[in-house]
Amino acid sequence: MEKIYELRLYVAGKTQKSVTALANLKKYCEEHLQGQYTLEVIDLLEHPQLAEGDQILAIPTLVKKVPEPVRKIIGDLSNKEKVLVGLDIRPR
Amino acid sequence: MASKTNTPLISQSASKTLPKTKTGITGLDEITFGGLPSGRPTLICGSAGCGKTLFALEFIVRGAREFNEPGVFFAFEEKPAELAANVASLGFDLAKLQKDKKIKIDYIHVDKSEIEETGEYDLEGLFIRLAYAIDSIGAKRVVLDTLENLFLGLSNEGILRAELRRLFNWLKDKGVTAVITGERGEHTLTRQGLEEYVSDCVILLDHRVINQVSTRRLRIVKYRGTLHGTNEYPFLIDEDGISVLPVTSLRLDKAVSTERVSSGIPTLDEMLANLGFFKGSSVLVSGTAGTGKTSLAASFVNAACARKEKCLYFAFEESPRQIIRNMKSIGIDLQSHLDKGLLKFIASRPTLYGLEMHLVAIHKAIRTFKPKVVVMDPITNLITVGTVGDVKAMLVRLIDFLQDEQITVMFTALSLNNIVNDQTDEGVSSLVDAWILIKDIEMNGERNRGLYVIKSRGMAHSNQVREFEITDKGLNLIDVYLGPDGVLTGSAREAQMLLEETGNVLLTHAAGRKDRELARKRKMLESKIESLRTEFESTEEELNKIYTEEEIKKQVADETRQKMTDMRRKSHTGNPLQKRNVAKKSKK
Repeated sequence: MEKIYELRLYVAGKTQKSVTALANLKKYCEEHLQGQYTLEVIDLLEHPQLAEGDQILAIPTLVKKVPEPVRKIIGDLSNKEKVLVGLDIRPR
Repeated sequence: MASKTNTPLISQSASKTLPKTKTGITGLDEITFGGLPSGRPTLICGSAGCGKTLFALEFIVRGAREFNEPGVFFAFEEKPAELAANVASLGFDLAKLQKDKKIKIDYIHVDKSEIEETGEYDLEGLFIRLAYAIDSIGAKRVVLDTLENLFLGLSNEGILRAELRRLFNWLKDKGVTAVITGERGEHTLTRQGLEEYVSDCVILLDHRVINQVSTRRLRIVKYRGTLHGTNEYPFLIDEDGISVLPVTSLRLDKAVSTERVSSGIPTLDEMLANLGFFKGSSVLVSGTAGTGKTSLAASFVNAACARKEKCLYFAFEESPRQIIRNMKSIGIDLQSHLDKGLLKFIASRPTLYGLEMHLVAIHKAIRTFKPKVVVMDPITNLITVGTVGDVKAMLVRLIDFLQDEQITVMFTALSLNNIVNDQTDEGVSSLVDAWILIKDIEMNGERNRGLYVIKSRGMAHSNQVREFEITDKGLNLIDVYLGPDGVLTGSAREAQMLLEETGNVLLTHAAGRKDRELARKRKMLESKIESLRTEFESTEEELNKIYTEEEIKKQVADETRQKMTDMRRKSHTGNPLQKRNVAKKSKK
């Protein structure tokens, strides 16, 4: 069964960590989820009211809304294994 | 509110150096001399269930309601709905305040199971949320409850600590008065050492159980750049929120009154210079069990209510109904005063809560009811929840407070034995203005009550022991009877009085008899004297008669002899011898 991944990446401005995180994420997605995902990048400096909805504290935060369960992966996503486990692409 | 009326002078000078924000929490603004430091974070720490969240929430709600300062409450633990339900009983309508944009409650959820950490990150998201919430309502007050929950959700402590430091600086830059709560740690004030970051004001809340009675206490551990009370202050959480009890006022500059109030017993007033107690003074009534302390107190209350003064009766032993029933039997109708709203009973077992709680509760009750007369019956029972020292400290504070408010107070105290120890009575005897002691006087197989006015400052008072009588018409004092065998009371007094009365009758009777006897004797003697005198007179007469007779006889004899001589001379002339003899004789 094809799974559609709904991903959101929260950043605050173009900081080094945000840029790294976005680059890492794109790389992993292209490798493992090609054609099966949507990615939305939200800059909280522009939309601060959106931080509350997904309970964002840390920046950058990657939120996997679908499929359930909801997961958050914080940090610059530099550890590929952890990210894949976090996204349930790899079994724990 | 007390904080507005009783602000000490110091706060005015202190507030010039450090701006402060009033919390609106009863009593707290007094001990901090004006409130929490404005524009700076304050740390509230304490163990679980000590009232941190309530403290923080009250700070926000009161700020919004009383000082028109909007506030944001960041809840890391409880959801807004839970918070609202928890404080609804305090009359805090969070939903309405939120709708009016006076406060904002922001729930920050950190769930470790949802979070995976990979690589570097910061808490900019949190900052953005805080900033957004603060700016959306123009908040002046911010609460972070409990920030330490971040440590549960995020594992990179190095990042967290750096971010916390940044957070506190950021809050200061924002110019908001922040309250941060923290769970108390094993050896530190907070588990995560938040006190490291908050250097301006740290308040410690404590919830202690001593003798199975719990007491909440508050202490200002640190308050940089200002004076503050350093003691542990008890505080109470009740339907009006938190009330912190201000300490003993150290100044003795109370207003005094020369007005007098009746004790309700005319004969007792008589012992107190005919006027009764001073208004606003404290009176201690002590005595052994069953000596009528409560009756005396009820009589005092009765008199005050009759003057249309409000009375507050704290009963620690009997229930109000019991007191009303019992006092009815001695002709004191308390129910009518109760119905008129002049009298209010507050009955609680001392063990209900700690001493300090009692004191706070008493304070509150007095502040709301505004009585002129307060009775505490009996203070001795408070000893079950504290040591003598504690009780004394509490009463000192209470007396201070009552004096400030010009409320006359009567304490009753139970002396535990018949040997009166002047140092007992919880050591309050030196604090009170008047001390009345009721003592059992046991004699002739019965027990009677003797009432002494041991002291009464500032007025002439009787030094006499009076017999204290409780009758169905009320209380009365009778002069005790001072017989030849000492002080007599009760039936012994009656008996002695009877005895004296009969004695008196007998005495007058006896005296009368003696008088009459004396009169008789005098009469007898007088008549005797009379008869003796007559006897003497007759004897005298007799003697006089004999004497005159003799004289006459002699005269006659002389005359006769003369005559005979003369006759002889005529017949025997010429006899020279005879002539010579005659001459001699005539010469004689």
